[in-house]
Amino acid sequence: MREPLFEVEGLTKVYHSGDMEIHALRGIDLALYEGEIAVLLGPSGSGKSTFLNILGGLDSATSGHVRFRELELTSMDERDLTQYRRKHVGFVFQFYNLIPSLSARENVGLVTEIATDPMTSEEALGLVGLEHRLDHFPAQLSGGEQQRVAIARAIVKRPEVLLCDEPTGALDSKTGVRVLEALTSVNEELGTTTALITHNAAIRGIAHRVFHFADGRVGRPKVNKRRVAPNKVTW
Amino acid sequence: MISLLDKKLFRDFLRLWGQALAIALVMASGVATLILAVGAYRSLEETRAAYYERYRFADIFATAKRAPAHLKDRIITIPGAAAADPRISEFALLDIEGMVHPATGMVRSLPDHGELILNRLYLRSGRLPEPGRVDEVTVNESFANAHGFRAGSTFKAILNGRKRTLRIVGIALSPEFIYALGPGDFIPDDSRFGVLWMSQKALESIFDLEGAFNSVTLKLQRGASEAEAIRQLDDLLEPYGGTGAIARKDQQSHAFIDGELKQLDGMSRVIPPIFLLVSAFMINMTLSRLIALEREQIGLLKALGYGRWRIAAHYLKMSLVITAVGIAIGFVAGTWLGHGLTVMYADFFHFPFLIFHRGWDIYVISAGVTALAATAGAAKAVYSVVTLPPAVAMSPPAPTGYAHIGIERLAVFKIYTQLTMMALRHMIRWPVRTGFTILGVALSVSLLVTSFFMIDSVEFMIDATFFRSDRQDATVTFTDERPFRVLQDVERLPGVLRAEPIRNTPARLRHGHLHRKLAIQGKPPGTDLSRVLDLDLNPVVLADSGLILGEKVADLLNVNVGDDVEIEVLEGKRVKRTLPVSQIIQSYLGLSVFMDLDALNEMLDESPSVSSVHIDYDTAKLEELFTAIKGLPAVSAIASQRAALAKFRETLAQNIYIMTAVYITLSVIIAFGVVYNSARIQLSERVREFASLRVLGFTRAEVSRVMLTELVILILLAIPLGCVIGYGFAKLVIVSFESDLYRIPFIISSQTYAFSSLVVMAAAIASALIVRRRIDRLDLIKALKTRE
Repeated sequence: MREPLFEVEGLTKVYHSGDMEIHALRGIDLALYEGEIAVLLGPSGSGKSTFLNILGGLDSATSGHVRFRELELTSMDERDLTQYRRKHVGFVFQFYNLIPSLSARENVGLVTEIATDPMTSEEALGLVGLEHRLDHFPAQLSGGEQQRVAIARAIVKRPEVLLCDEPTGALDSKTGVRVLEALTSVNEELGTTTALITHNAAIRGIAHRVFHFADGRVGRPKVNKRRVAPNKVTW
Repeated sequence: MISLLDKKLFRDFLRLWGQALAIALVMASGVATLILAVGAYRSLEETRAAYYERYRFADIFATAKRAPAHLKDRIITIPGAAAADPRISEFALLDIEGMVHPATGMVRSLPDHGELILNRLYLRSGRLPEPGRVDEVTVNESFANAHGFRAGSTFKAILNGRKRTLRIVGIALSPEFIYALGPGDFIPDDSRFGVLWMSQKALESIFDLEGAFNSVTLKLQRGASEAEAIRQLDDLLEPYGGTGAIARKDQQSHAFIDGELKQLDGMSRVIPPIFLLVSAFMINMTLSRLIALEREQIGLLKALGYGRWRIAAHYLKMSLVITAVGIAIGFVAGTWLGHGLTVMYADFFHFPFLIFHRGWDIYVISAGVTALAATAGAAKAVYSVVTLPPAVAMSPPAPTGYAHIGIERLAVFKIYTQLTMMALRHMIRWPVRTGFTILGVALSVSLLVTSFFMIDSVEFMIDATFFRSDRQDATVTFTDERPFRVLQDVERLPGVLRAEPIRNTPARLRHGHLHRKLAIQGKPPGTDLSRVLDLDLNPVVLADSGLILGEKVADLLNVNVGDDVEIEVLEGKRVKRTLPVSQIIQSYLGLSVFMDLDALNEMLDESPSVSSVHIDYDTAKLEELFTAIKGLPAVSAIASQRAALAKFRETLAQNIYIMTAVYITLSVIIAFGVVYNSARIQLSERVREFASLRVLGFTRAEVSRVMLTELVILILLAIPLGCVIGYGFAKLVIVSFESDLYRIPFIISSQTYAFSSLVVMAAAIASALIVRRRIDRLDLIKALKTRE
């Protein structure tokens, strides 16, 4: 294995809701390595989204450490976290969150404007197989196409890490496969470390390693000796 | 029990309180200005009407040189005449202790037996002078207040050339002097003008008018012909030096109050509709957005079996609750401000009592109109609830469709970032909302332009009147026409640097069927103190023949340069002559007609005479000069341009501060409300977009820029539009202010445009920044993980 990209130690997260304390994460220890695809599985409320949000700098930890290379995320303020997201992280969400007033090319172009060494919007959209839909607006694209634009937008800046929260959650099996193909091809061509949340166990086959989350804790990762190609995945 | 939908309504209202309050305040401004203007209008009009009624204000006013007392018996037989009241009316110089500048008094007779028949006095304190007492006087309240006079106080007056000490025995008010303006003044100055009522017998002996009168007022029966009565009265008075009677509408005090009433009426017609229009579209925007957000709830309610009209009524109720809050605030503010304005009027106009109009109808009307406007605004949004099929309602809406805009292909757009593009496309995607937001902000700018331009116009008028046209320090008026050599007497007074004669003569000018009674002023051709200015405000040298007419007079008679005008002199030998109009000139105050002094004297067929003299004096010798003037028997009044200007500015300053504060408040409410509402809706629509941008690594400032860019563009488009609308409103105001008494020049300075724009910009930016704070506090995860 290569160098660890993320090192997580004793990570906890407690939400306060009125007098109630909700322990979303109860001490997570794990590492993610450069270039791997990690699938995070687990039921709703198991803490996987909270974990991903902390990795991505969208949320803060209650205690513990998260290191991204030499950066200590758990001690960064809001401004530094924004810069961290800007430079290193790509996000893909279940609801594509595209800007409806910008075309596919422009949605991707948004990121090229603030990245230091981006590829072109056309290249990024080519990587996800959308070179023929450059000037379409989100309202003119199917769900799968919108999600692929979201992936292109996430990877156009050549991020070191791509965080995907249920990227196929709103898609049917056939369209979902196209999205998974886009993710694996980006991983292969750019070597982007990818963490992917799903509650769809069928998807685990595309990962290098699979983590099971339950009740705010994570079990030992399971290494896939033989990965499955996305087009072999069905649900 | 409250229905669950009403509970939802209540909670929605609390959640949307910021927007609801913004809309309610705009509505409240409309309701308040309507109640204020209509309330003050009615209070002022009813107070005046009641005062006139109770104190028998006359319908016709006439003066003569000396008419025999028995003429009254003939005057009363004029068809339609209900009562006639002959009297003595003279001017007198007043010498008040501690006041260098002489004041001017109008001396009026009181019958020695019985009461005044017309224009009765309201005695505030003390009593009326006893018959025959030449040293007792009752004075008007404002004059007494200005000097701290009370019963027992004394002052000196030069009555027919003889200085007498007068003792105040009473303080009174008269319906003839609700607005008490001294001769030659532009604005009331209570310290320099007083009304003195004295015993008729006393005045007859003082002014050598035994068994005679020189002024008469007439009350007409209901339905009598005013024009016919004036004609007959003029005929009767003509042999006795009658100078032409005037109707009530031309009576100075009455006409000024009419002008004020006209302004209030204009205010009630223009301002409230602006607010109602703006609030209607704000309701529309807010409700449309609320309904869009609650599509699923609406679908669910329909699926549960709630009737579509019941759900529609729920949303309509929301708009009506906001309206109710707006109306309630408007009622309180309007009543309070209306009361304040009426009290202010009572201070400026002199009434013995005030009737506050509390008509419930105006409350009902303003509430009704506001509710209608709100319902009209809500109608379209509410109707969309009715037509929404439940199945469609429960599925999320498709992403908003956008398209490329034609102008994007222009090279300039290449330099814009995607963030700017987001702002531009969003504006164009919602053209109606964008248009209304621009219009709302523009109306706010226009409201300020319309109020502030008055300062420019009045300043221009001050400059033209006091510094270019009537540049004399003071004008000395004689009791009657004096031979020309009086000019040398005045020139010899201590401190007088220059003196210029004027001869005023009352005349009727006629052109075709149009005619007007006014005064012709004769002046030497090349005067320097008091100059005649042409339409471009350049000094005019009077031609030795022909008439020079002020623009307003030319309008009233419908004449142009070269047209012949018939002149009927209303004094002396009553000559009639036809003269051509040689020039039309600028004049803002009164009805001006000028002639060459020699030509006028020749026309009058009299030896050269003078009625007043304009003077310039050395301020170092002020006291000596005024002491000398107070000793001149023939002087009836002295008008000081300097004092008039100072008083004018003082009055203006008082009113302008209040007016400025009121209009800034109103404009800020519109600008703030419109922008706040627009920004809140934008934020609600774009919360996911903004959150996405934040996740992508855009900073708070960069994300806010998308919203602020759009608002700045809207404001920048609104400002020039607001200036144009303001220009139009200002023009309307100028036209509506125009009267025989004064015209206001139409001047809007660039500072007015700039100041109006800055105030609105500041209000708009402040409200946008309040909304920006919400962007800073965005919950990124929640925004991104919820389905639209």
